[in-house]
Amino acid sequence: MHDKTLTELKAGLLAGDFSARELAEHFLARIEARDGALNSFITVTAEQALQQADAADRAIAAGEQRLLTGLPIAHKDIFCTEGVRTSCGSRMLDNFVAPYTATVVEKMAAEGAVMLGKTNMDEFAMGSSNETSYYGPVKNPWDTSRVPGGSSGGAAASLAARLAAGSTGTDTGGSIRQPAALNNLTGLKPTYGRVSRWGMIAFASSLDQAGPLGLSAADCALMLQAMAGHDSKDSTCLDQPVDDYLAALDQNIDGLRIGVPEEFFPENLDGAIAESSHEAMRELEKQGARLVKISLPSVTLSVPAYYVIAPAEASSNLSRYDGVRFGYRCENPRDLEDLYKRSRSEGFGEEVKRRILVGTYALSAGYYDAYYKRAQKVRRLIRDEFVQAFKKVDVIMGPTTPETAFPLGAKADDPINMYMADVFTIAVNLAGLPALSMPSGFINGLPTGTQVIGNYFQEGRILNVAHRYQQATDWHKRIPGAFQ
Amino acid sequence: MSAWETVIGLEVHVQLATASKIFSSSSTHTGDEANRHASLIDLGMPGTLPVLNREALRNAIRFGLAINADINRRSVFERKNYFYPDLPKGYQTTQLAEPIVGTGVVEIQLEDGRKKTVRIHHAHLEEDAGKSIHDAFSGDLGQGQTGIDLNRAGTPLIEIVSEPDMSNAEEAVAYARKLHAIVTSLGICDGDMSQGNMRFDVNVSVRRPGEPLGTRTETKNLNSFRFMEKAIGLEVERQIDVLEDGGKIVQETRLYNGDTHTARSMRSKEDANDYRYFPCPDLLPVVVSEEDIEELRASLPELPDARKARYMETYQLSDYDADLLSGSPATARYFETATEQGGDAKLAANWIMGELAAKLNSEELGIENAPVTATQLGQLIQRLKDGTISSKIAKQVFDACWAGEGDPDAIIEAKGLKQMSDSGELEKIVDQVIADSPAQVEDYRNSDEAKRKKKLGYFVGQVMKATQGKANPQQVNELLHKKL
Repeated sequence: MHDKTLTELKAGLLAGDFSARELAEHFLARIEARDGALNSFITVTAEQALQQADAADRAIAAGEQRLLTGLPIAHKDIFCTEGVRTSCGSRMLDNFVAPYTATVVEKMAAEGAVMLGKTNMDEFAMGSSNETSYYGPVKNPWDTSRVPGGSSGGAAASLAARLAAGSTGTDTGGSIRQPAALNNLTGLKPTYGRVSRWGMIAFASSLDQAGPLGLSAADCALMLQAMAGHDSKDSTCLDQPVDDYLAALDQNIDGLRIGVPEEFFPENLDGAIAESSHEAMRELEKQGARLVKISLPSVTLSVPAYYVIAPAEASSNLSRYDGVRFGYRCENPRDLEDLYKRSRSEGFGEEVKRRILVGTYALSAGYYDAYYKRAQKVRRLIRDEFVQAFKKVDVIMGPTTPETAFPLGAKADDPINMYMADVFTIAVNLAGLPALSMPSGFINGLPTGTQVIGNYFQEGRILNVAHRYQQATDWHKRIPGAFQ
Repeated sequence: MSAWETVIGLEVHVQLATASKIFSSSSTHTGDEANRHASLIDLGMPGTLPVLNREALRNAIRFGLAINADINRRSVFERKNYFYPDLPKGYQTTQLAEPIVGTGVVEIQLEDGRKKTVRIHHAHLEEDAGKSIHDAFSGDLGQGQTGIDLNRAGTPLIEIVSEPDMSNAEEAVAYARKLHAIVTSLGICDGDMSQGNMRFDVNVSVRRPGEPLGTRTETKNLNSFRFMEKAIGLEVERQIDVLEDGGKIVQETRLYNGDTHTARSMRSKEDANDYRYFPCPDLLPVVVSEEDIEELRASLPELPDARKARYMETYQLSDYDADLLSGSPATARYFETATEQGGDAKLAANWIMGELAAKLNSEELGIENAPVTATQLGQLIQRLKDGTISSKIAKQVFDACWAGEGDPDAIIEAKGLKQMSDSGELEKIVDQVIADSPAQVEDYRNSDEAKRKKKLGYFVGQVMKATQGKANPQQVNELLHKKL
């Protein structure tokens, strides 16, 4: 059962080939047996999963199958789930049992999804290798000596290893797309404001966006259909009708204009990576798409701009973890200042502390204009260039990452090199655009991905492009040998 | 050496009387058990987000319209970052660079008849913090522990920042009273200063005339007009002493203790936090349309200045009287009811500003809690006017009414205080008095006109004594003149 896509499982449930309970039990058993090698789950919610599965079976029997009824899904441990530990990959929240449920989780549950558990992640979503987690690194199922990418590393690894049939992730600078690329998955970051952030623990509020990771574009469409929509609890969640993503999948792409920015194919880019994306675009050309050379000059500034804005927001967002009301509290604090200092230095890991320091610095009196304000200017430039480009093209494509999965520990002590792992994905967050990564081949046995960027609220369009590509290719169907 | 000149600017915090908090749906009700109104948002729970209370925004706009200020079509909430246990998120959401209310003016009336215009720099919306409770705890929490009550956290405030346009405590108090009059007339604040619903921060500096502004200090959180007046006096005196001794004023924040009439330094500028303000990414910029503003303008209630003008025109009250009576809506309501009932605005004004104000003052009561209602005062005035009682008796009736002995009519009836207007009966008493005082009669008759006037007093007194004050003084005078 685990080799099937969500779309296939949904049909199987309806046809009675298996029950939701059988499905949940099968995946729970796989997690039990296989996750030791990956460390992709922080918490497994077996009991709750079986209850939800039974409810799904009753719904199916009553002819009340909804979008995700009975489908076993894993949530990134950044989404609050009432009564279940929600750690955000941090010691700070190791003891935090959320008193409420995130809108994304609630909406998917309302559509009948079965939650298998909470997946591992970089601490507070800060990282590109899932090595900053308090719960230890996640391994890449394609090669367990390598990283799965991050920060949604557990979401990607568990899905690639078929320990879940679908996953949620969050993407602040590439945290859905980069691990999707490194694990041979389709992962979509929606338009900023398409999906509610209520209950999703904040890293950088103006960039964070939740989205699905799936075995195919069609699976992502199915999950996004359930996740997207206005939420009055999130002021930045836009009141815009949700398109029918499933209906958009099969649209003809004849005449589709694909923008190819020169900045996404720099001279020093790994030739095999570049070729994989070129090959993907050639396939789409065969189906009638047209390639248009474009330039997005400011995109080259996205990494420095991002590493000012994201830490600045994070430094403020993470101030609430002070040991007073919830989360980690140091033992026997001498006084208030000691409580703050030790709770925070003991509760946060190195990378989180580094970003809090960087962000605090960038917002400080005397530095604000030079860093935060200037970064915001760059952000506007990037957005404006994308807006101009989308007057000429329908989608923009290029590689998702500059390299395939790297060995565990290879960049752990080299933050700048680590930050460059997101060089192609970050600009999209700064602009607030939707983008997905789809599997586009293998290099030395490791998967690589191609990114498809759409105009605002054009999730249907990019899913359509990825789906058409997946109709003609089978990269996305490959399963890591050890997890067949 | 020339005299010193004082320069004063005020920052006034006004708690908006909305039913729910500024960014959550928790009640703003006070006096309940600690943390009863602390929701997930108020607690700063991970993953929670703020949503602006539109009524708080409307109230801020109403205030801006009342002082003829520019209403900014776009305003921005920012985060003011600092750690404190009663600040759950580690930042206060407030406005800085782009506040909702821009420059405006407030006109004040001084006791000597002068008027002065105080310029408003801006007014902005923000959330209040919670409270730390240092009192000893019972139960599990032992002595020496500090508790946090977040009921007040997130209560909407507007902070009104004046230019340094006031030059003494009287002006500062007149300005503060005027703001009080405006916000209570608008109904956007209940004005209860004992509950901290209006609080004043006073910036004070002194200089020699013609010199540039001196270094200022800020005395924070004054919660009564009287404390403000005293704190200003104390601070001005202190600064002059320091400067005349050749010292320098240190820019600092000071705390005034009203019980001991002393003040102390809380922190100097050097210790001040770097608040690292930046736009709050969880809230979109607030955009207000022309229609919204016009709708609010059209629904503004009568404001103190308009009411004052009406009192001067309709009731021929003096500038100063009209100012005092029009200030608070409660006083205005009282005055208008008493006038309507009693049929004499001047008498009503005199009674309210005289007898009533003195009693309220000595018993520290607000006019809305006056034991003598406006209707009762009106009735008293009626009885004065129709000659039922004399003004001397009226004071007696007022006191009895204050003591809860009933309506004036009932008191007059019960105590037999009705003025003796039956000239036959009065004539008998007058005759008796004249008959009992041959020496005084002799003396009177031998005096010239000027002295007689004085000497008549003796007979009037005797008649009043005999009638227990119930005789109509005018009638007594006339009778005595005739008989003597």
